[in-house]
Order: sequence, then structure tokens, then C-alpha cells
Amino acid sequence: MAKPARTKPSIEPGAVLDGFTVGELVHRGGMATLWTVTHPGITVPLLMKVPRIAEGEDPAAIVSFEMEQMILPRLAGPHVPGCFGSGDFERQPYVVIERIPGKTLYHRLGDLPIPYEEARVIAGKIATALADLHRQNVIHHDIKPSSIMFRESGEAVLIDFGLSHHNQLPDLLQEEFRLPFGTAPYMAPERLLGVRDDPRSDLFSLGVLLYFFTTGERPFGESETLRGMRRRLWRDPQPPRKLRGDYPPWLQEIVLRCLEIEPVWRHPTASQLAFELAHPEQVKLTARSERTQRDPISTVLRRRFNRGLTQPKPKSDVAVQLASGPIVVVALDTEEGSGPLNESLRMTAAQLLATLPSARLACLNVLKLGRITIDRTLDEEGNNKHIDRLVALRHWASPLELDESRLTVHVLEAIDAASAILEFTKVNHVDHIVIGARQNSMMRSLLGSVSARVAAEAACTVTVVRPPRVAAASVPRVQTGSDRV
Amino acid sequence: MRLAIFADIHANRQAFSACLEAARSRGAERMICLGDYVGYGADPEWTVETVMALVDDGAMAVRGNHDNAIGTPSESMNAAAQAAIEWSRGRLSAPQRRFLAELPLTLQEDDRLYVHSEASHPARWRYVQSASDAADSIEATDARVTFCGHIHLPALYSMSSAAKITSFIPTSDVPVQLLGGRRWLAVIGSVGQPRDGDPAAAFAMLDTVSREITYCRVPYDVETAASRIRANGLPHWLAERLLIGK
Repeated sequence: MAKPARTKPSIEPGAVLDGFTVGELVHRGGMATLWTVTHPGITVPLLMKVPRIAEGEDPAAIVSFEMEQMILPRLAGPHVPGCFGSGDFERQPYVVIERIPGKTLYHRLGDLPIPYEEARVIAGKIATALADLHRQNVIHHDIKPSSIMFRESGEAVLIDFGLSHHNQLPDLLQEEFRLPFGTAPYMAPERLLGVRDDPRSDLFSLGVLLYFFTTGERPFGESETLRGMRRRLWRDPQPPRKLRGDYPPWLQEIVLRCLEIEPVWRHPTASQLAFELAHPEQVKLTARSERTQRDPISTVLRRRFNRGLTQPKPKSDVAVQLASGPIVVVALDTEEGSGPLNESLRMTAAQLLATLPSARLACLNVLKLGRITIDRTLDEEGNNKHIDRLVALRHWASPLELDESRLTVHVLEAIDAASAILEFTKVNHVDHIVIGARQNSMMRSLLGSVSARVAAEAACTVTVVRPPRVAAASVPRVQTGSDRV
Repeated sequence: MRLAIFADIHANRQAFSACLEAARSRGAERMICLGDYVGYGADPEWTVETVMALVDDGAMAVRGNHDNAIGTPSESMNAAAQAAIEWSRGRLSAPQRRFLAELPLTLQEDDRLYVHSEASHPARWRYVQSASDAADSIEATDARVTFCGHIHLPALYSMSSAAKITSFIPTSDVPVQLLGGRRWLAVIGSVGQPRDGDPAAAFAMLDTVSREITYCRVPYDVETAASRIRANGLPHWLAERLLIGK
């Protein structure tokens, strides 16, 4: 069989490969070298990543490069570098990606611990980026400070997909290495059992990062040995509050939930984690938030020797798992007379939540502000309108009997209700909006239909609910004998 | 060039017609047939005639074990398969039988090998059921990519330069680049008798320039295919399994 001639082009400044002109060497890592390149048709700054595959180099460099070569061209959006070309091993292996200006989070290690608020914002951006990646069927598997950058517009960008898993592509790392491959301090416990298809592994790594950035210490140390790494299968980390007395309970709640040994006890999705980080005041505090000691030795021993809990699970489908944990918004009117509609909304919400055990519900109400008058948050009797609405929302939700960790309530103050709902949906990566159609025709003609605009402009699924009687009247019925009077 | 690859058509006219149409609408410029044109299904004459016409038109076709059994009755098979072969033999014309008997067991073009069962012993009709079966096949050929069928379950195996094997169950309609640094065994699902629980007919498309393989599924008129099996007095199980894809 004819094999293509292996005339290997050399990568050096000035060399031209498939239209890319090589510039300067900007980084020489263990697995790859990075060069600036230019291309006549491409205006964004570019980097060429060339794997180190000389004799005696780590075979992991080859497989990692192959994974990037498969995955990078499939990815899109602001949270990954754009991919502009690649070359195969038969000639010269390379990938050309967008060069993200600035430095990775690794350069912040000298500043640790950083303020809680700053850490919250950074972790929220990373969680948002992970949510976007997971929606594209990819699990990163190497979340750590040096694989995270930020665009000038603020979004986190995830780089280095050499250890990633794509749920719809062959996993070339699957049987390549006897030991789990990755960055030891950040690796999720299930990875040590060979599990590569659970997106919540990335949430664990983000938890390690958040712990490290807020305490200055790594929760599981820096051990690189398999024995040292395996301890995280049964040993929980020191609660951050033990290290820093002023550690906010909501932050400890989030961090320790990310670091749960069992993936099922972590946040169901990266979107839900991002949601919690965006609304710290609404994080449901459990015993986790107050802990100042690690689990007692009896618990640790039980985990150590009763391994049923931490055995690998059957292969999971990333998309199915994400779909089971959506963020659902119910937009409610708390005005008088909205009772029947709110009852219908509650029934619809209950039906949705019954089939989605990991879904979380955010109840929204818009407190309308006048365009000209300066609004006071107190009403005529001096009650705080904002608080009243929150109470009303909680009251509406109470028959749903949702666990507190699955429910949040939000009163948005805005001039335009539809815009406020749409903005909330966008910022919080909401998957599904349930909204009532306003029945009062005079109100609708004066104010326009909020539900119609939300349904038309939202990027997610929207369910528009009407009270049962009105809905029945609008459906043409087949006349039967008994119907005729 | 875009190739469409069909395996295990098994005399299922409805399924093969649907796959040919789907392949053409996806821009297939060349057809590759990986054997087992007859057996199980109720339309052997039409199927063989169609494959003969495709070959006249430039398609490549290899012989499967059911095609072999038409001319070599000693082939060991289960009772239902044997009954279908006996019935098919009576339906095929002499030129059709000769066409099947003269098909090669393997064909190679560029860096691709086409074979019905696997590459290590094509005449032994071994199934690729595991990564180690796949390794045996990949190591037996110098082709970069081998295409086979026979087991009626789609799968995609690759071997790295360090001889490590990966296995993968493909997702329909998601192209996978057959990276140049490794060697591949693409097991194509069955057109006429899928057994992975999905009754839709299976085939694959290969883009030889981008080196992307796409596994495709095509819903077809299973009811008619099944009722024709029953109407022709073939074992009823052969009809029932089409409906459930098992």
C-alpha cells in the first residue's frame, strides 16, 4: 500500500505550513510547544500548538494531541479558543487556535488567598464556561488554574483539551494508561476508579480550585502518588472554616458540596453551581456550611472499607444527565386576582419537577418601577414591597414541598417586566421558563403581553400557561349527542 | 470522494432502498457493499440484482457467509438462517448465484480494506465482538482503515502507534475523524437486520478527503419487510426480530 512521503516540515520562525507562517516560540511545555502564527485570511491572533513526539517522549503527548485534534474543531462559543486548522501525524501534527491575550489563573497563585468576593466571581465565570462546555458534550477533566484564561470582555476561556472526554467521539485515553492521567491535586475521586464520563468530575476540580483560592491551601495536598491520591475516595478535606474563621457559610456550603466524594451529592450541573455562585444569599445552608471538623474516623473507615458507594457506575450520557437537572423559572404575578392563573402555574411546575428530580426552581416576580417617578420601596402603610413579594413567592411555592436547596425566590425591580425576565434568564442560563398569559384584556392592551414577548425572545423553552377554564373554551370541541342541549 | 458503505443487507428490499436513497441524498459518489446480500429477508433476487447493477456502475462488493452458503451448502448456520438460505437458493437465477460465488472475500483500495467478517481470517467468518478481536483484525492488515460488518452491531475501534486499542459505539450522524496517527476498524451496522435494539436500517458514509466517517440510521417500512417474510413462509422469528431490531 502506498504511504504518503514523510517529508517532515520543520517548525521554525518564518516556516510556512498549510498557509500558516510561523512566528516566535512563546512556550515550551512538557507535552507541546506553542508558536505564534499568522494567516493571510485570518485576523484574530493565532497560536500553533505542536506536540512533542520525539523518540523517548511521553506517549501521553501523542494521545493528548489526538484528543485535542478531534475535540477542538467541534467546540464553539466564547468559553473556548477558536480552532483554525490542524495537521496529522503523517506530515506534521499541529493545531492552530485563537490566541487568548493575557495570562492564565496560574499567575494568581502568588496572591492566594484572594478575597471571597473575587473568588466567587471567578468561580462563577468558570462554572458558566463549564456549563457551556458540558452542553457541547465535552468534559474537560483538567480544570486547574493553568487551564483557565479570561477574555477582555470577562468570560472565562477553558484551554488544554488533551485529557478531555467527548461523549459522542471515541475516548482515546480510555485504555491508554494504567494510571488515571491528569493533575493530581484537582482530580475527582471517581477518576481514580476509571470513570471518564461524568461531567460532575469538573465540578469537583472547580471545588478544589475555589478551596485553594480562598484558603491558600489545596484540600487534598499535592501528593502525586496513586496511594496519596486514593485517600480522597474516603477522606474528606479540612472544612475551610477550620483554616479561616471568617469563612462565609454559603461559600463553605458551595465548596464542600463540589468536593463531595460521590458525584451525586455535588451540584447536578455546572449551570446550577453557577446559579448558586450568582446568588450567594440564597444558598441553602446545610450542616456542611457550619462544619469545623472533618468527618469522624468511623465515617471515614466505613467509606474506606465499604466501597459499594464509590464503585464505578455504568456509562452515563452527558446530555441526558444535563437534561435531568435544568434550571426552571416560574414568572409569577402576585397582584390580586391572579389566583387561578397562579394555581395553573403551580400545577405545571409540579408536573415538570416530578419528572426532573435534579431540576431547580427559581420563582420570579417583577416589581415594576415607574418611568418618571422616584419609586420608594415602602408602600403607603410603610411595608417593604420587596420583602412582601418574596414572602408571597415562598407562599406560592410551599405546596410544591421542594427541598430548600432546589428553590430560590427573586424579586426583580424593573421598568419593563419582559426585559427583566429575559435578562434574568440569560444571565442565569435558565433552561425553561413557565409563565402565565395575562387574561385581563384591558391590561394586556395597555401593557402588551409579557408572556408573548418572553416566548418570542427567550433562547430557552417557554411554556405559556392559562387557567383551565379559559383554555377549555379556546379549544374547539367535537360535538357529541350529550353536548347538544 | 464520498463513499457509502452497506453491510448485511440480507434481502431486505425496503431497508436497502431507504439506505440507497439516504446515501445518494448525502452525496454518495461510490457504493461499497460488505456482503451478506441474501439470507433472512424475502427479496433476494431484487437485492442481488441491485448489487450487480451497482457493481456495473463502479461499486465494490465482497462476499459474505450467507452469499457463500448459497453455493456451499455445508456452511454451518442456525435452523432459521439455514431455512432462509435453502429458500433463497431456489429463488436466485444461475447468473445471480454465479455472481455471489465469484465475489472476492476482501478488496483493497488506497489505504482501505473491505471485508465481510474481519481481516485476520476472512474465510472463517469470525465476529468482532471485543477489542482483542479488533486487534487481531487490525494487526493482520497493512490497511489504515478496515471496514467490515457481519456482527450487525455498529462499532469503531482504533489502535494507537503503541498498539493500544480503543473501542467506541458510534453516535448516529456525528462524524468521527479517522486520525492519521492510528489504525482503525469500522464495524458497520446492518442494513437489513439491525440487532442493536434500534430497528432503523444502518449504513455509513466516509469522506476520503476529510477522513470522517459518519454512522447513519434510516427508518424504513419495517412492517412491509416483515410481512413479506411471513407471506413467503420463512420462519416468523425472522419477521419479528426486524420489528424490535434484535
